[in-house]
Amino acid sequence: MKISFVLNSQNMSIEIEPNIRLLDLLRDKFNLTGTKEGCSIGECGACTVIMNGKAVNSCLVLAGQCYGAEIITIEGIEKDGKLHPLQENFLKSGAVQCGFCSPGMIMSAYALLLKNPNPTEEEIKDAIAGNLCRCTGYKQIIDAVEKTAKEI
Amino acid sequence: MNKEKFNIVGKPVVRQDGYSKVTGKAKYADDYQFDGELYGIMVRTNVSHAIIKGIDFSSIENHPSITAIITHLDIGGSKKVGPIKQDQPIFCFEKIVTPGDVVAMLVGENEVVLKELAKKVKIDLEELPVLEDTSTALASDSILIHPQYNSNLITHYPLRRGNVEKGFKQSDEIIEQTYTTQLIEHAYIEPECVTAIPGEGNIRIKIIGSIQNPFTTRRVVASVLSCGLNEVEVIQAELGGSFGGKDDTMNILSARAAVAALKLNRPVKIKYDREESIIESYKRHPYILNYKIGFNKDGKIKAMKIDLLADGGAYSSMSPFVTWRSVVQATGPYQVPNVYTDVRVVYTNNPYTGAMRGFGSPQPIFAIESMMDEIALKVGKTPFEIRKINGFKQGSVTASGQKLSGHEVTLHKVLKKATDVSSFNKKWNENKNSAQRVDDSPKSFMNESLVLKKNDFIPPDNLWKKGIGLALSYRGCSLGAEGIDAAATYVSIQPDGTVYLLSGLAENGQGLKTTFSIVAAEVLGISPEKIIYLEPNTSRVPDSGPTVASRATLMGGGATKNACEELKNRLSKILLKEWKLKSASDLIFANGIVVYKGKRPKKISFDELIKTAYSKGVNLSTIGWYSGPKVHWEEETGHGSAYFTYVYGCQVAEVSVNVGTGEVYINNIWAVHDAGKVINLLGAEGQIYGGTTQGAGYGLWEKISTHNGKIRENNFDQFLIPTSKDIDAIHPFFVEGKDKFGAWGGKSLGEPTLELTAAAIANAITNATGKRFFNLPINIEELLLRKKLYPESLKRGSTS
Repeated sequence: MKISFVLNSQNMSIEIEPNIRLLDLLRDKFNLTGTKEGCSIGECGACTVIMNGKAVNSCLVLAGQCYGAEIITIEGIEKDGKLHPLQENFLKSGAVQCGFCSPGMIMSAYALLLKNPNPTEEEIKDAIAGNLCRCTGYKQIIDAVEKTAKEI
Repeated sequence: MNKEKFNIVGKPVVRQDGYSKVTGKAKYADDYQFDGELYGIMVRTNVSHAIIKGIDFSSIENHPSITAIITHLDIGGSKKVGPIKQDQPIFCFEKIVTPGDVVAMLVGENEVVLKELAKKVKIDLEELPVLEDTSTALASDSILIHPQYNSNLITHYPLRRGNVEKGFKQSDEIIEQTYTTQLIEHAYIEPECVTAIPGEGNIRIKIIGSIQNPFTTRRVVASVLSCGLNEVEVIQAELGGSFGGKDDTMNILSARAAVAALKLNRPVKIKYDREESIIESYKRHPYILNYKIGFNKDGKIKAMKIDLLADGGAYSSMSPFVTWRSVVQATGPYQVPNVYTDVRVVYTNNPYTGAMRGFGSPQPIFAIESMMDEIALKVGKTPFEIRKINGFKQGSVTASGQKLSGHEVTLHKVLKKATDVSSFNKKWNENKNSAQRVDDSPKSFMNESLVLKKNDFIPPDNLWKKGIGLALSYRGCSLGAEGIDAAATYVSIQPDGTVYLLSGLAENGQGLKTTFSIVAAEVLGISPEKIIYLEPNTSRVPDSGPTVASRATLMGGGATKNACEELKNRLSKILLKEWKLKSASDLIFANGIVVYKGKRPKKISFDELIKTAYSKGVNLSTIGWYSGPKVHWEEETGHGSAYFTYVYGCQVAEVSVNVGTGEVYINNIWAVHDAGKVINLLGAEGQIYGGTTQGAGYGLWEKISTHNGKIRENNFDQFLIPTSKDIDAIHPFFVEGKDKFGAWGGKSLGEPTLELTAAAIANAITNATGKRFFNLPINIEELLLRKKLYPESLKRGSTS
């Protein structure tokens, strides 16, 4: 089947098998390997991307569902060689260790700030509650999101 | 040695690999793709213990999706491997000993089809009784899991000091209690993945994967292929977490991929999903810990009799080393004149256990720290006082007879700091007075249901109880008497003053690229941004042993400092001659400039100096080496200088316990650690946040349970690790004890941060409820019912 959608601000049209997931579409067809697969059942959040302004687990979305949708991945938030403030603050706050959860974590935070530019600490914790991180204990991630909200 | 002024060391520095990780550009193992690559899919059985009578591939071998079927018959070298005992087959051919076992690998282009075909392989099995618990496995008439050994006992470590019976006779009181800890999974968010690529030129095989210890992987692959170490090149992809977990499993996966890749002359990738990862990978040892402690009315401990029994699961893996750390540290950081310890680790048909962050320390710490609080209550002292009375001081002698000297013994410093910043004593007394002490003997609960009855109604205002608890530890740094301890770092200054750095230790996400860059930048007086850390590759740098045992900063930091000091000496010599100086000690390398602060001050930029050095033909590349001093251990008596230096830590946990639902919420954790000199503040704090969070998961939620040896919790819907909402606040503090080892005395932190948390939480729960809990994790069932609840079968939801 053929689908058309917007991927990181670019119009895309591609022939796909009907049973592939959005995650496979991004990683295998577009080589956007920043989106990670950690559990395949929507528990770990490593595959989080933005779909029509909301954070989704791309392992639970069929590629076909993206028809006409707007998708943003970790590769799409750095603009003109300049890091998004979230990325910048993840670095400065020490919010990254092994980094495997970082893309998904950043996308969940990105979705939060889209709809709520001034989140409380509790709202930040809620927004990333579906993103598991085994390295950082979340503290420096929450700091990074708080700092970003203050800046933008 | 800590008096030096630092320009970069100890300050927060952004990670070397940070940019690529926040942009999604960092390449993890599964992000690599190679032309013509094939996938390897495992064939497993559905049993836990059986003899393999035969394997019949006839129903699938001609299927067009199968390029090859790989079994033990394809292996030219070692068919079984293992770090200490070679008991683990690459492909099983004699027996199945645990459900993770693999008998063959199907190779082809379509993973999905291969996974279906794998289920159709007919394996003729003669099933054997499944040994699920350690004491059954130890019985003299037990069936042998590995018939080549004459017992299911993997290792037994005794330790004898003084006369324990005499010590008990001299004691005013004796407490004897049994604790248990559970099996848990590392739960790195990236599952295992590796690709083997047939080599070019003299390299036979190239391995790129999520590998914790590239040199260990190289050794295993070379032994399986029966070739030279220099014919195998192992490259570590960006690693998505490990915590000790991507060692044995990854070595075996690498070997399987290598065998297939060489047979087919095509790249072969193995990529596990979460379920396979949990089913096949090793875990943390469950322990049964029996402690008998004699003490006087003044709180002084006279004797300890300790019996620890660990479940090694189906393969020995690192069990002998893990349990050796337990025997060294079993008494906790306390002066005990009479000690009688036995630590045993046993084969069972459960998932095998090996290295995991903590490595044989979280289990005894949970038991001994719980008991220290029990002793405190008996003698009417606070947890702080009882530890102050018994804790190691400078020059104290450990249970193994080692005098703690040559480094600053900061145990009392960390204890005082942690109790001060948390207002521990005041809070502990207040909570204790409000919680009624309940009989702490577990036996009294055996026949009593703790489910609330009608007249047990708790008014809503009384549902939440506050508690505060602490735990204290000492920890031997690095490998100790486990093995040879040395590490290398390659440093090369380029003609423009930029620098390449590469260590033989591996970046596992903990941040050693950054830490080593800081060390190098500090010595050379340049910005860390001028340093590029090269891709870890076994062909480019000397074997530095494994990246385990919280040894990287200590050993690799030392090697990096040595390398850079050597280069600095060479540069200084040039200036001594040019500037006609007598001593290099007045030369200061800082902020990209070299300054001579004498009567006639001089200065030159670092880059200019490098240009000069190149023009004079000075070699500006070197390999720094750092080796630890000799340590020794007598296996029969448990005497010896186990580790060449130690670190100390104290954590305080403050919790709220809902006595109606059994929920425990963590309000605060104060973590005070002496890691020696802190090299990267941001990274060090990150270790504390992450380590305590893992420790909290161990204390309250995480548990892998088995049913006939098979795992129930095989994904994150059932194996619950902490989320962003489970801990309110963590407060890191550092006490920088002086030490002559490593880079300016920079020592270990990764594991100390994890080992204390569960014990501190357990003590806090006791402070809140007046009840002692003996079995980890202290989840809601444990808290309310003092037992664990499981579904009867392995079925869940729509899957089986």
